[in-house]
Amino acid sequence: MKRIQTVQTRDLAESAKKGGCGECQTSCQSACKTSCGIANQQCEKSKK
Amino acid sequence: MIHQYKLNGYNIVLDVNSGSVHLVDEAAYDIIALYGKKNADEIAAQITEKYDNITADEVYEVLDDIKSLKEQGKLFSEDKYLPLAQELQNRPTVLKALCLHIAHDCNLACKYCFAGEGEYCGDRSLMSFEVGKKALDYLIEHSGTRKNLEVDFFGGEPLMNFEVVKQLVEYARGREKECGKNFRFTLTTNGVLLDEEIMDFANREMHNVVLSIDGRKETNDRMRVSRNGKGSYDLILPKFLEMAEKRGQKDYYIRGTYTHYNTDFSNDILHLADLGFKQLAMEPVVASMDADYALKEEDLPVLCEQYEKLAVEMLKRHRGGNGFNFFHYMIDLTGGPCIYKRVAGCGVGTEYMAVTPWGDFYPCHQFVGDPKYLMGNVDDGVTNLDVCNEFKRCNVYAREECNDCFARLFCSGGCAANAYHSTGSVTGIYKLGCELHRKRIECAIMLNAAISIDNENQ
Repeated sequence: MKRIQTVQTRDLAESAKKGGCGECQTSCQSACKTSCGIANQQCEKSKK
Repeated sequence: MIHQYKLNGYNIVLDVNSGSVHLVDEAAYDIIALYGKKNADEIAAQITEKYDNITADEVYEVLDDIKSLKEQGKLFSEDKYLPLAQELQNRPTVLKALCLHIAHDCNLACKYCFAGEGEYCGDRSLMSFEVGKKALDYLIEHSGTRKNLEVDFFGGEPLMNFEVVKQLVEYARGREKECGKNFRFTLTTNGVLLDEEIMDFANREMHNVVLSIDGRKETNDRMRVSRNGKGSYDLILPKFLEMAEKRGQKDYYIRGTYTHYNTDFSNDILHLADLGFKQLAMEPVVASMDADYALKEEDLPVLCEQYEKLAVEMLKRHRGGNGFNFFHYMIDLTGGPCIYKRVAGCGVGTEYMAVTPWGDFYPCHQFVGDPKYLMGNVDDGVTNLDVCNEFKRCNVYAREECNDCFARLFCSGGCAANAYHSTGSVTGIYKLGCELHRKRIECAIMLNAAISIDNENQ
């Protein structure tokens, strides 16, 4: 594709198949404490 | 649903439901906006009239590309996640994190403190080892098969009760093996009492430390003052610098709060970055609207501009080999949370609770002291199931206003405490917070997409 460059991302629909283990960090335990930073968490299974 | 925006020279298209991100040129940006609204010939005519650098055949090619991305579920994908929300609601939840209010007391008197200078509308109080131990036991017992348990030592100022922090860590470590659990501790501190012993302890035992400072000296000292009104910057900064170095510049956050008085907060973040800190966080103040330092509706344009300025500068520094992390821009496009997490939300009142010094349970630290949200205590467990159920229903589909918001899978409907404090309902909408969050998400996507493409092109 010449004019559209797709960035590599996690396919959310696909993540429904194997996701939901619940091992990820509770978002408010991290830095924010006053907002909902769900997307700032990492998936425990894909931690580098 | 898609969201299109332009930022820092990038034309960005987010496919909301798949999480796909596309960087496109000007013509493709317009073609995507017209897709499905006009037929191919009309689009080709409109685009070739506007742009000199594209032929009708090329427009048809782009339309084919869009169709192909649509078929792959990467563009104009549908929201199919409502059944997941219902499934999550019916699932038994397990507790995985506690915020232990080790001390309802503080050695600073920060003017914006939502904890009322550490006291949370109650008396000054320190958590005993016995209460803390019961809380940890409750967490272990109610955490099901979950391995990693998170415990935040919070306050007030937790270091005013450091002996109990040490005892509780020792107790938890002693139980890890027999229970098959792994405790991840966090310490949130204002730094006043940090010394060598505490730093060494924290570096050994704390998975993360959150160090509170607001940025430039004048910003910090306006709000973060001692009880006699003296600013805390000069006292805490050297300790935080040492702490960050001792932790190898990772697994910590320098965490600030910005208010109506420093709407140019990007300068505070950059000040901290210039001092050498690599892990930064800065949050909008939580305040009642009548507080002089509360953020106002009219602050929004400048605040949004600040977030953009910060993202642009961060990308520049990253490319120059001098980057730093900003919590709200840390979006891992390939390794971020799964859809379950994005639908379910932060876990307030279900997977996560706050514990007062005397052992009462609240949904989170921001509800502590509100009798309506008292959930139970360390002796009787969770007895107020109505509150628990209220939060169980509190997912991304709980708020009608979120249905057409592009950011909904990045915030799961937002912070329930912010919603409650601004509207009286945990499923309300804190509009100012939403506007800021949307801007942060736009900036975060730009920054991370740009870095991702840079890496690909290397």
